[in-house]
Amino acid sequence: MISNLINRKIFTLLKVQYSNMLEYRVEIALWAISGIIPFFMLNIWTNNNLNESINISDIMLSRYFLCAFFVRQFSVVWVVFSFEEDSLMGKVSPYLIQPLNPFFRYFAQHIAEQITRFPFAIIIAFFFFIFNPESIWTPNLGILLLSILSTFLSFLIQFLIQSIIACLCFWTEKASSIERLLFIPTLFLSGLLAPVVSFPAYVKPWIYLTPFPYLIDFPANLLSGNETNISGGLGMQILWILLLFPLFKKIWSKGTKKYTAMGS
Amino acid sequence: MNSRKYLKVYKKFLHTSLASELEYKTNILVDLITAILSLIGSIFLLTIFFQNNGYIGGWKFEQALIIQAIYTILNGITNTWFNPNLTEIVKHIREGTLDFVLLKPIDSQFFISLKKINPSGFLEIMLGFFLLFFCIRINQINLNLSFLTLSLITISCSICILYSLWFFISTTTIWFVKTWNAIEVLRSFLYIGRFPLNSFSFSLRIFFSVFIPIAFITTIPSEVFLGLSQLWKILLEVIVATVFLITSRRFWLFALKFYSSASS
Repeated sequence: MISNLINRKIFTLLKVQYSNMLEYRVEIALWAISGIIPFFMLNIWTNNNLNESINISDIMLSRYFLCAFFVRQFSVVWVVFSFEEDSLMGKVSPYLIQPLNPFFRYFAQHIAEQITRFPFAIIIAFFFFIFNPESIWTPNLGILLLSILSTFLSFLIQFLIQSIIACLCFWTEKASSIERLLFIPTLFLSGLLAPVVSFPAYVKPWIYLTPFPYLIDFPANLLSGNETNISGGLGMQILWILLLFPLFKKIWSKGTKKYTAMGS
Repeated sequence: MNSRKYLKVYKKFLHTSLASELEYKTNILVDLITAILSLIGSIFLLTIFFQNNGYIGGWKFEQALIIQAIYTILNGITNTWFNPNLTEIVKHIREGTLDFVLLKPIDSQFFISLKKINPSGFLEIMLGFFLLFFCIRINQINLNLSFLTLSLITISCSICILYSLWFFISTTTIWFVKTWNAIEVLRSFLYIGRFPLNSFSFSLRIFFSVFIPIAFITTIPSEVFLGLSQLWKILLEVIVATVFLITSRRFWLFALKFYSSASS
């Protein structure tokens, strides 16, 4: 009975958000295009033969960056920007009255956006293969499922981190600047611009302790067939989720007590 | 007479926007840390590229640092002036407040391009200049008058091109209403400006000098600093900058003909 109700809620939310997202197809297509930085990086790597020193062939590296592009496409999170706008405009108040945590709404928004984005990502990948026909490969089903799982876990980690930052809106009003600060290590340490294996030996062990390499580097290595520790990577992803979730719950309950609606 | 009026208006703009931005003091501090981390991150990325190679696209590490410095300065300028103002156009058009701008007895392009200012960008500009002076020392560049004029000319041209690109995309809002993500696409392309143009493959080099002249923005000023630049390149940059400025102006006036206020 209860699970049926939750199912219906989630289904309705998803349906509403999906039709909402379809309205903004062009926006989402452009957004998909803006994620092509990994391909520029690939161009620098292979054009200067930088990959010889890290023992990754051109083909494996191009697969890596293609996968990094894909993982990034399906783990982009912007909840802090939506929440900040909603809380500044006072839209959070009606959400709080509803018997549903507002973050479910944002969560459904993200999932719906990913579904809308999927065809555009495929088109970009298609063009990539036209220019690099030698890098076509088919991962086996098990690996494919595992990498979809790890991409989803990566999305969850980022969603939790951003939700925690979003809750800071209850105190500071402008939390998006903190998100922009946190985006810098995400950009440089997640493997979007350079695979983490290429990092100097003195920083590598430290980076693997942070959540960042599990956001893009690990799922991309898994999908592209580069060497990686599957159980270790998944374990770390789950560990970070287990660490972040209680923190989010705590900050949420504290924040809602602090919340005062604008103009009331 | 006329220019004095504009100067007076600009002083008022500065006053009001600084006053409103300084309301969020912690934000400015967070933005400063973001700028510093971002610079550290990109230098770290450069060291990864150079860890086993002496040259990338014919540039040494010390020389490539100049590009980083110029990129940081230009990015600071973007964050101080272009980003806060030109994203505002989107809002003006969506909410129909562009009417109020057009009714004012002042040039509309002047108003929407310079209304706001984000002081945290200044810190980034300063950071860029520090790095630039450091580069001048380690590359043993002697400063003389002709060098200074040339570098000043090329950097101003870069600023003009950058401004025109931003303004051009923001203007398209008049037709498409939502162009947030078009700006994101531009941002991701501009990311290329952190690296020497020669480090990319031939086709990308053509793309980034003919279609989107990002090549001109950072590479040519850096070449001037190193004394490598030929005169025709500098002349070409001046021509491109002039063409871009004139076209963006014309495009704005043309687009205004299509502006129909919101809800009318």
